[in-house]
Amino acid sequence: MTQHHASDETYLSIDNLWKAFGSFLALKDITLAVKNGEFVCFLGPSGCGKTTLLRAIAGLDLQTKGTVMQGGKDVSNLPPSERDFGIVFQSYALFPNLTIEKNIAFGLENTGRGKAEITARVAELLDLVGLPEQGKKYPAQLSGGQQQRIALARAIATNPGLLLLDEPLSALDAKVRVHLRHEIKELQRKLGVTTVMVTHDQEEALAMADRIVVMNHGVIEQVGSPTEIYREPANLFVADFIGEMNQITSMVTKGGRLSVGEKTFACHEHSFSDGTPVVAAIRPEDIIPHEEGYDADDPNRNCIDVLLHEMEFLGSFWRCRLRNERFGASELIADFSINAVRRLRLGEGRQMVIELPTDRLMAFDRPEAS
Amino acid sequence: MAGISDATQMPAGPVVKGKLSRDDILMRGGMMVIALYLIITLALPLYAMLSKSFSTYRVELSQYEFQISDDAGVFDGTILNAEVLNQQTGAIDPAELNTGSDGRLPVTGLFPDFSFRSPVMYQVRNTSDEGRFLVGSTLQDGTDWVTLDSNTFRRVQLRPVKATGFDNFINYFSTPALFNSIKNSLWIAVVSTIVTVTLAFWFAYALNRSCMRYKGVFRLIAMAPILVPSLLPGIALVYLFGNQGIAKELLFGASIYGPIGIVIGSIFFTFPHAFMIISTALAISDARLYEAAASLRATRWRTFWTVTIPGARYGLISAAFVVFNLVITDFGLPKVIGGQFNVLAVDIYKQVIGQQNFEMGAVVSVVLVIPAIFAFAIDRLVQSKQVALLSARSVPYQPQPNQRTDLISFIYCAFVGLFIVGILAICQYAALIKFWPYDLSLSLNNYQFDKMDGGGWASYYNSIKLGLFTAVFGTAIVFFGAYLVEKTNGFRTGRALFQMFAMLPMAIPGMVLGLAYIFFFNSPSNPLNAIYGTMAILVICSVTHFYTVSHLTAVTALKQMDREFESVSASLKQPTMKLFSRVTVPVCLPSVLDISIYLFVNAMTTVSAVVFLYSPKTSLASIAVLNMDDAGDIAPAAAMGMMIFYTNAVARIIHLLVSKGVLVRTQAWRTR
Repeated sequence: MTQHHASDETYLSIDNLWKAFGSFLALKDITLAVKNGEFVCFLGPSGCGKTTLLRAIAGLDLQTKGTVMQGGKDVSNLPPSERDFGIVFQSYALFPNLTIEKNIAFGLENTGRGKAEITARVAELLDLVGLPEQGKKYPAQLSGGQQQRIALARAIATNPGLLLLDEPLSALDAKVRVHLRHEIKELQRKLGVTTVMVTHDQEEALAMADRIVVMNHGVIEQVGSPTEIYREPANLFVADFIGEMNQITSMVTKGGRLSVGEKTFACHEHSFSDGTPVVAAIRPEDIIPHEEGYDADDPNRNCIDVLLHEMEFLGSFWRCRLRNERFGASELIADFSINAVRRLRLGEGRQMVIELPTDRLMAFDRPEAS
Repeated sequence: MAGISDATQMPAGPVVKGKLSRDDILMRGGMMVIALYLIITLALPLYAMLSKSFSTYRVELSQYEFQISDDAGVFDGTILNAEVLNQQTGAIDPAELNTGSDGRLPVTGLFPDFSFRSPVMYQVRNTSDEGRFLVGSTLQDGTDWVTLDSNTFRRVQLRPVKATGFDNFINYFSTPALFNSIKNSLWIAVVSTIVTVTLAFWFAYALNRSCMRYKGVFRLIAMAPILVPSLLPGIALVYLFGNQGIAKELLFGASIYGPIGIVIGSIFFTFPHAFMIISTALAISDARLYEAAASLRATRWRTFWTVTIPGARYGLISAAFVVFNLVITDFGLPKVIGGQFNVLAVDIYKQVIGQQNFEMGAVVSVVLVIPAIFAFAIDRLVQSKQVALLSARSVPYQPQPNQRTDLISFIYCAFVGLFIVGILAICQYAALIKFWPYDLSLSLNNYQFDKMDGGGWASYYNSIKLGLFTAVFGTAIVFFGAYLVEKTNGFRTGRALFQMFAMLPMAIPGMVLGLAYIFFFNSPSNPLNAIYGTMAILVICSVTHFYTVSHLTAVTALKQMDREFESVSASLKQPTMKLFSRVTVPVCLPSVLDISIYLFVNAMTTVSAVVFLYSPKTSLASIAVLNMDDAGDIAPAAAMGMMIFYTNAVARIIHLLVSKGVLVRTQAWRTR
């Protein structure tokens, strides 16, 4: 099978989409383009509108305003049966009284395919999802992960142009989830089908998506590749929602530097003017520990001395809580590698110097008092 | 990023209007057809009844004028108004002027000299277009003079004019014999409710909270009364405590014909309903609450009042209103054993069948609907709360063996069981006795129904036919309707209206529905008039009468289906009806069978709704019980009643076997 890759051609485009439930706005002016063959994840906390957007794309719950174009065709007001998509739900929604084979064959019937052709296609799909022997069983006889694979096979049986996945892994055990997300990604790459997945699990989104759409309160906060979203979050919400992020109350001072107490730090470039109250942010794994005796006042480096207050062993790294009176009561969290901890002989109660690398220290708008 | 969103942020302009798929159109169409069915078989008849209750008929004397000729047949031109004539002669009592829609008033009394042999000629006319009178059976509604000889004038009858107003209600409430029934009905309903709910509570408590033996047998016995018409316990009570009853002395001179009989019989036939509801409420209680109570060293008495009763309170309230509703709307039992004690449901029958006063029947119906709707509304409210009590995390209560409790429970259940079995056994025994109480030898004479009033064996076969038709058509209509209303996309207003219509039948007493059918379907101007007096109207009436419970059963089953089946099917471009037949119906088959047995059993036992609607050709077994009892053939009535019992019992057994067979064959997927 040839490998397909996302092309630059837009397959699905959503323009100025609004969805109102009574006076509540679930989606506000959503505009988004998905490329052919691309795997896009809608990521956000519950109630952010991601599922509503997916259901609007499917035509299951029509949007109040705005258009949806799929494959160059305006499908904005079409019922689901006149659109071209396969869908997988969190609940699997397998027909309990039909065998696995009949579940998969459900969409192949009445499509002009002969009996032999359907049987062959079902066998092919069972192979594809790695369950070739299970055709005669009923859904309840399979495990959750197996059921979800069958649901996937059923959804792609008719070669739809668009695959929609609504939290497909949320009902599964953690181990199965990790395994299956890899398989789904593989399958999607193999088939080259444009895919939209809804999830609230950031790890899942980072691992699977070509592009992530981060949503909150019915608006898109940021669209970007997993690394962009992680490395260059557009705002504090994205920064905070994805991964861990230290937040330090700060102020922009001369030269765009960030002041914390009487100390100032150089940081990643930003567009705030002097005197703007901001939040300085840095991820725990970006904090660099330095050896004993390192000069904390080197003006060319963002260094600061801290008290290593608490260490927590998390398997592949140490999570450390660092204190400095400049940060007030809040602690800085830093993830140090096991190597670094051994090399620097770090231990609870030690005074140490850390560096906040200039390009990893970011400034964000301070949210209104909450 | 405010959490509060306001729709005013949205730009102006048209809202996206979805294009309907073929399935959407089909489903909405189907829903509308079934809604139309409910409108025609429920809403319109009720409307007809309501308008009837406000219709008054009165003969307006001032609308008629007469002339009298001399012996030679020559008129001198003197015009006499009927009103004036009546003032002079006083021949017609003003009360006679208020009449029903069929009222007819002869006029010769206005002419003291009238003789049908005299050669005098008479002329009559209406003074207005509204006036009508009959000559023989010919209707005259013109304003021209009609000339008649005196022999024909004898056959002139004035017809009443219809008006709308509260007169019927005023009339009702100024007749103590009528409105006393309200008090009587409420009284027996309240007493029966208190006694039945108390008895059923302890019975359910014993079965759920003790380790006594034979629980299965007692459960079966408790459900038995559902299989017989409500009037059967009345017949048994007549044999026990009636004028020739074997245990008459136990009443110490009080008469069983009246409130005592109605209450005892009501306890019998409402017991299973109360038991089922309370038993469900007790079964869902959480063991952890009892463990908590025990760890707090609460006494059993205190645990009972602080844990058991609050846990079952919704069940108790719901049971109370269901029993209240059943008793106050029941017709068969008070008809058989009520004696001179008038209740509302029987009043309707008496007004309509006995006195042919349809308007008054309608008035009593309206009066009866009020408490019925009230009880129904409270029951619905309570039941919606009961659901919220259920939690997946509850741990079911497991009773511990306790010799004393188990023994008390067993003795109590044995007494209640004896009461239920006893009533049935008396009926069966009486049916087999040659001539109570003089010749107690056994015979099958009482089963020669063809020799009695009531339609004979044909009515028994009619009942089975009615049961089967009701089960088949009713299940199809109800389940399909429930599916459409549950799974149709959008169309909120339509669906809400449909739900409302589907709930309505439960609030409408059978007597009221039956009477409403007379007004609606028997009207000559109704194109559906042809079904009047046929099996079809009985089937329609039964399906509508028992619609609500069936609908709720179907909805409950459908709600357990994954909401996304329809979405998946649509995404696979498969017609919804394929999903319905291949997945929905097979998965819901146990509920479908439950609905059909419910409809069958109820169609077999119902009396109230069909008592106004059967014709000689479509007489029913339950009606035959009523009519034979009325005619004094009590033993055959008991025999027929027991035939209904056995038929329903067999139907239940068949239902059980079929359900099991179906489960094994088509529901293999349920087992892992």
